[in-house]
Amino acid sequence: MDLKLLDAEPTEAERVVVDLFTGMGRDQLLPALHAVNDRVGWISQGALNHICRVLHVPPAEAYGVASFYSLFSLTERPAKVVHVCVDLACQVNGAKAVCDRLTDELGPAGAGSGWLRSPCLGVCEKAPAALAFEAGEVAKEQLLAPTHAGEVIAVAAAGPSRVDGERAEVPQAGAPGLRLLKRVGVVDPESLDDYRATGGYQALRTALLLGPAGVIREVSDAKLMGRGGAAFPTGRKWDATARQPVRPHYLVCNADESEPGTFKDRLLMEGDPFAVIESMTIAGFAAGCSKGYLYLRGEYPRALHLLRNAISKARERGFLGTNVMGHEGFSFDIEIRRGAGAYICGEETAIFNSIEGFRGEPRSKPPFPVEQGLFGKPTVVNNVETLVNVPVILTEGCEAYTRIGTEGSTGPKLFCLSGNVSRPGVYEVPFGTTLSELLDLAGGVPPGRELRAVLLGGAAGGFVRPDELDLPLTLEDARAAGTTLGSGVVLVLDDTADLGSFLLRIAAFFRDESCGQCVPCRIGTVRQEEALHRLVGKRPLSTSAADLQLLREVGQVMRDSSICGLGQTAWNAIESALDRLGYAEEATK
Amino acid sequence: MTIVEIGLPKRLVEFTLDGESVRVPEGATILDACTAVGKSIPTLCYGDTLKPANACRVCMVEVEGSRTLVPSCSRKVEPGMVVRTDSERTQHSRKLVLELLGSATDLSTTPHVDEWMSACGADPSRFGPDAETKLQPTTVDNPLYVRDYGKCIMCYKCVDACGDQWQNSFAISVAGRGFDAHISTEFATPLPDSACVYCGNCIEVCPTGALSFKREHDKREDGTWDESKQTRTTTVCTFCGVGCNLTLHVQDNEIVKVTSPHDSTVTHGNLCIKGRFGWQHVQNR
Amino acid sequence: MSRRKKTEPYVRLTQPLVRDAGILRPATWDEALDRAAEGFRRNVARHGPDAFGMFSCARATNEMNYMAQKFTRAVIGTNNVDSCNRTCHAPSVAGLAKVFGSGGGTSSYQEIEDADLIILWGSNAREAHPIFFQHVLKAVNKGAKLYVVDPRLTSTGKWAHRWLRLNVGTDIPLAHAIAREIIASNLANLSFIERATEGFEEFVKAVEPWTLPVAELETGVPAELIRELAHAYAKADRGQLSWTLGITEHHNGTDNVLSLINLALLTGHVGRYGAGLNPLRGQNNVQGGGDMGAIPDRLPGFQDITDPDVTARFNAAWGASIQPKKGWNLTQMLEAMERGDMTTVYIIGENPVQSEADCEHTIKRLSNLDHIVVQDIFLTKTAKMAHVVLPAAAAWCETDGTFTNSERRVQRVRKALDPPEGARDDIEIMSEIAKRLGANWQHMTGEEVWDELRGLSPLHTGMSYQRLEALGGIQWPCPSEDSLEPSYLHARLWESDPVKRGRPAPFSPVLHSPPVDELTEEFPFRLTTGRRLDSYNTGVQSHGFESPLRKGETLDLSPQDAAKLGVEDGEEVRITSRRGQIQAPVRIDDGLTPGLVFMTFHFPDEIDVNIITIEATCPIAGTAEYKAAAIRIDKLPVKVG
Repeated sequence: MDLKLLDAEPTEAERVVVDLFTGMGRDQLLPALHAVNDRVGWISQGALNHICRVLHVPPAEAYGVASFYSLFSLTERPAKVVHVCVDLACQVNGAKAVCDRLTDELGPAGAGSGWLRSPCLGVCEKAPAALAFEAGEVAKEQLLAPTHAGEVIAVAAAGPSRVDGERAEVPQAGAPGLRLLKRVGVVDPESLDDYRATGGYQALRTALLLGPAGVIREVSDAKLMGRGGAAFPTGRKWDATARQPVRPHYLVCNADESEPGTFKDRLLMEGDPFAVIESMTIAGFAAGCSKGYLYLRGEYPRALHLLRNAISKARERGFLGTNVMGHEGFSFDIEIRRGAGAYICGEETAIFNSIEGFRGEPRSKPPFPVEQGLFGKPTVVNNVETLVNVPVILTEGCEAYTRIGTEGSTGPKLFCLSGNVSRPGVYEVPFGTTLSELLDLAGGVPPGRELRAVLLGGAAGGFVRPDELDLPLTLEDARAAGTTLGSGVVLVLDDTADLGSFLLRIAAFFRDESCGQCVPCRIGTVRQEEALHRLVGKRPLSTSAADLQLLREVGQVMRDSSICGLGQTAWNAIESALDRLGYAEEATK
Repeated sequence: MTIVEIGLPKRLVEFTLDGESVRVPEGATILDACTAVGKSIPTLCYGDTLKPANACRVCMVEVEGSRTLVPSCSRKVEPGMVVRTDSERTQHSRKLVLELLGSATDLSTTPHVDEWMSACGADPSRFGPDAETKLQPTTVDNPLYVRDYGKCIMCYKCVDACGDQWQNSFAISVAGRGFDAHISTEFATPLPDSACVYCGNCIEVCPTGALSFKREHDKREDGTWDESKQTRTTTVCTFCGVGCNLTLHVQDNEIVKVTSPHDSTVTHGNLCIKGRFGWQHVQNR
Repeated sequence: MSRRKKTEPYVRLTQPLVRDAGILRPATWDEALDRAAEGFRRNVARHGPDAFGMFSCARATNEMNYMAQKFTRAVIGTNNVDSCNRTCHAPSVAGLAKVFGSGGGTSSYQEIEDADLIILWGSNAREAHPIFFQHVLKAVNKGAKLYVVDPRLTSTGKWAHRWLRLNVGTDIPLAHAIAREIIASNLANLSFIERATEGFEEFVKAVEPWTLPVAELETGVPAELIRELAHAYAKADRGQLSWTLGITEHHNGTDNVLSLINLALLTGHVGRYGAGLNPLRGQNNVQGGGDMGAIPDRLPGFQDITDPDVTARFNAAWGASIQPKKGWNLTQMLEAMERGDMTTVYIIGENPVQSEADCEHTIKRLSNLDHIVVQDIFLTKTAKMAHVVLPAAAAWCETDGTFTNSERRVQRVRKALDPPEGARDDIEIMSEIAKRLGANWQHMTGEEVWDELRGLSPLHTGMSYQRLEALGGIQWPCPSEDSLEPSYLHARLWESDPVKRGRPAPFSPVLHSPPVDELTEEFPFRLTTGRRLDSYNTGVQSHGFESPLRKGETLDLSPQDAAKLGVEDGEEVRITSRRGQIQAPVRIDDGLTPGLVFMTFHFPDEIDVNIITIEATCPIAGTAEYKAAAIRIDKLPVKVG
């Protein structure tokens, strides 16, 4: 195309990293932006220009894409920056105090002061958390969790000291009966041999024997439901894709885990990366895909390192590539894509746009991904946790699998416990376990405190009162109780929690993370936050009742008319607090 | 050998629209069906020459069995579908969407919006005087275009017209995110430094007057723009042999604006800089 | 030497002018019309009707062109009528008419969108035909392959799947090499060739010498690229071949066109939906001007002037006696002026002084004339040489009529404005002169003229104004008011019945002939010319608005040549050809290869590029070789002090 570029040249360092993309196309835009950001810490005009020249992308579009992601800066900033989480679990665990001290000592959050406020970093079990980053020839990232202001200040000055974080840990590590978490914290996540010694790649062998249709039948009969939040039957998705005559088909593993309070996928990827790779390979085999993309959220450096290692080892040993495990005609490979700070990219169609090098805006459905997904081709999108259930099904058999859990919700389920809870972390329990049993496993609220509420399902979920803890954790019971399990968030609030601030954080989260594409969400999330501020601050426009009414009306239009799940659910938790927790009365008193 | 599809013959599809049975060709949208039976649905981001952007959500209707409302401009009619365009939910959605838009942007030059607002009782001032807005100064950085982004509703039409749907110049894009999303050149560089070729096709599709021709803008500013005194006459451009159709807007025997008919098979509403602006010479008199 | 000046926008003419004692002075309409008619009568009386020449206007309506040729043939009695299509696309018309019998592009824009492969040859459509290029991009975005053949890497070329950079003036070797490769690879469509063409064997012999290596040497295009294009075109289901002035503005423009037509005949890429041959016309009604008979050899609807049955019908309708022989084309008229055989011209809306190659020569020729009448909306340089100047209305917005575009679509032109006080409609002015010359001409509306034309031209019979309005224009041929023909021409070639198939399309074994203006040590650079997006021809109209894109005239050259000459971007240089010398600032364009330089002709009042272009013309069509001059570039001496 006849590109017109700006009159700006890259620095030598920028040129070198961008030139590595020579001969590639638009779909490498996000990786190229990452490469520049990793090298120099921001995206200059010259660097963007050069990316456009190399990848043949119009500069206005590249700018539109780069400005979509919060991890990128289009104005100059220092190579070192610390992202300090201010989201739900961290807020409950003292993030505000950390930020207050940082403001005092380093100045207000911003590029100049070396620290930025960040949405959920996905390490809620070790709140409060921060992620230090330093651009350079080898970019360094260090997770600080749990952290404190002093540590952040020290690291902001000195820069991160290592490339990735600590070893994955789960409270149940090594406990008998675990299926999804059986290797996490127990087996060396870098060793393919260890993986195989603990049953790894037996499921893929079985899959190759069963054939694609057989695998789909097993998964369908196991009644596996998606674990990402929407709970769609996985077998049906695979079957619908496999039947599409158009080729190629794609598999996308959605590892853009960004729902505040969710960190289960990170634990799986850090603790059992080969399982993720094997599961993707099985899914690709079943749905007729030759290529899989693993879309990993940008804030998971350790998972990135371990998955890269796992993919390369699997390739070396013939578990990826042409004729996988010697199976004639089945070729499959996996490419990792790093997100760059956009919650919306976890939406199953936004993820396609992001991979293709466009703004991560959701697409209108229909057409559905199984018909026209990534690059317009039939595509399966599965969450990490969903996928790692597949080897369980194939090794234990679908009948055994359906005996786990309940009639309507089969199999094991991971829950992310955080907030005011004694032993936060990821727990594996069968579907049907009650909320109180789960809270007991995690030690309940800290001694001397009273449970105030549990946020179930995340920012897009709903609240459960202390008198409702006998709720069996199944898809159908949650639905009947007017809430959702969502992505498995169980965020516990005790009597010290400030519910008003908590709700404001939820409102701010949706305002910040709205992609801006549709009116109800783009403007509605702002009006929701404004009205909530007035309610919480007791500064009504006319009366608090009128503000409440306004809030409900805005909530309704977001739910009815937004393009995607983000806008449609942006009002859920707030509505739930107003109605289930009695916050409506409290606010209008 | 590559084969390019040119489409297949169409069948008819039957469905229920506000209680009445309606038949439309396969592939028709709900909006197409409404237009065919004379039902007026408000639209803003819909463009008759563009793929649906699905952004403004003014045209939402209720489809039985659908959890959410659906955009009538893009949802294709399916056999047996039951659609309501006037249900309480639809009315509420339309009202709120108009209120949200009106509370954040200047809709004073958006055609029909006043009628729609009064029809559904929308009151954008409900959100209070401190509601955050997109109001901002007008951008004038060249002699042909004026960009008044305080009037921009982010309908994507200018971006699509400039991009791969028509002009393929890609001078502008949506930048930023959420409420901060805005239309921009790279690094907000002035238009003369951008890839803009001044075809005016973005202005042709702008539904709110956020983008306007300098002449129209100036005449509006000095109070001499009077559409009641204007005639519109479609003729053919003289700057090459392609035969683009021009609609000349004439006020007091002066061309004050040039648009292009969207149903022309030659132009589909598009022109180049010469067709759009090359008329001054006839009135140098 | 021409110095740079600032272009002042032209102001509309609102008063007739007549020349007295060498000076143009204002006159009344009656006086000016009398003077115009008297001059024509005097010259025809003295030298016969062939001393008269009509320069009709490719920018005016079909109706005006119809009347202009009728005026020439019926009122004056000569066939010396032509228009500026001579300066651009006459070779396309000549070539297409020679092979297929009618001189129009064969496809519609929609078919371009539905093509699988598009070749743009010598065409910077992105800038010169932007809306046509949108149709091309529709196809490209759907997956069609675009090949661009051009010496320059233009904005069009940047969209190409492959760009074939050929040396200026080597189009025939490239086309022949493509043909040879198609034949040698057994990719020729032999059943089509056998059924619908003639002269194939002779053609095979003509292309035989142009092997890939030989062609690479001559054209500069790598053999592998030639091979790829040949195979892609031959294998495409729907192949489109379009060209612009890069093909026609050569001394052998018609041969160039014929060499491209050969490729379509060889592969059967003509006469079917989606496959075709399409010259992109540069002026809004250059197609219509020819269709209306404002050319020396054809009556309206491409009817042969030498066919007695045809002339009989026109004579009956017009009450005239048309000379049954070809008149002079524009180039021949200019030559006749020099010889003194042509002594008077009626120039409507044309500016030959600035648009013809080697303009100093044109001025000299016009100075020989006894009587020049110019009818225009501006006092152009040509008008300044006239004896009578008649202020006209602007066709496209001040009159009712029709134009015909590059896809042969006749579309309505509508009056949106009143002409300025004092200016009159072209047809009205012409009628007034005709009356003064004794013809019984009443003033006719556009629609009345059109209906007369429809009665005489079968191509247009079915196109009533009402139908044109209802259907958004109609493509010719349209012989009946009850039906529409397919959007593409020459479907007959695919008929199995030889009667329906009609005259076979001949292959043309044309020969390569390099540019006339040879490169030598003294003139080592090849200058080629073209348009920019925001300007049009001599800029009379397009400079009426302020364009943020317009940078003025420049000499564009490659970075390598700039370095060799030691000149920088913006630096003024002296440009010399065998005909003249001008000065222009340099612009460095990395789309140019060493040895090739580029200029427009949009700013003749500042820098008159046609002072240095060559007048060598195509002997068949009479189009000048604007695309290939030999020049020298000199750095200006540094001013001292």
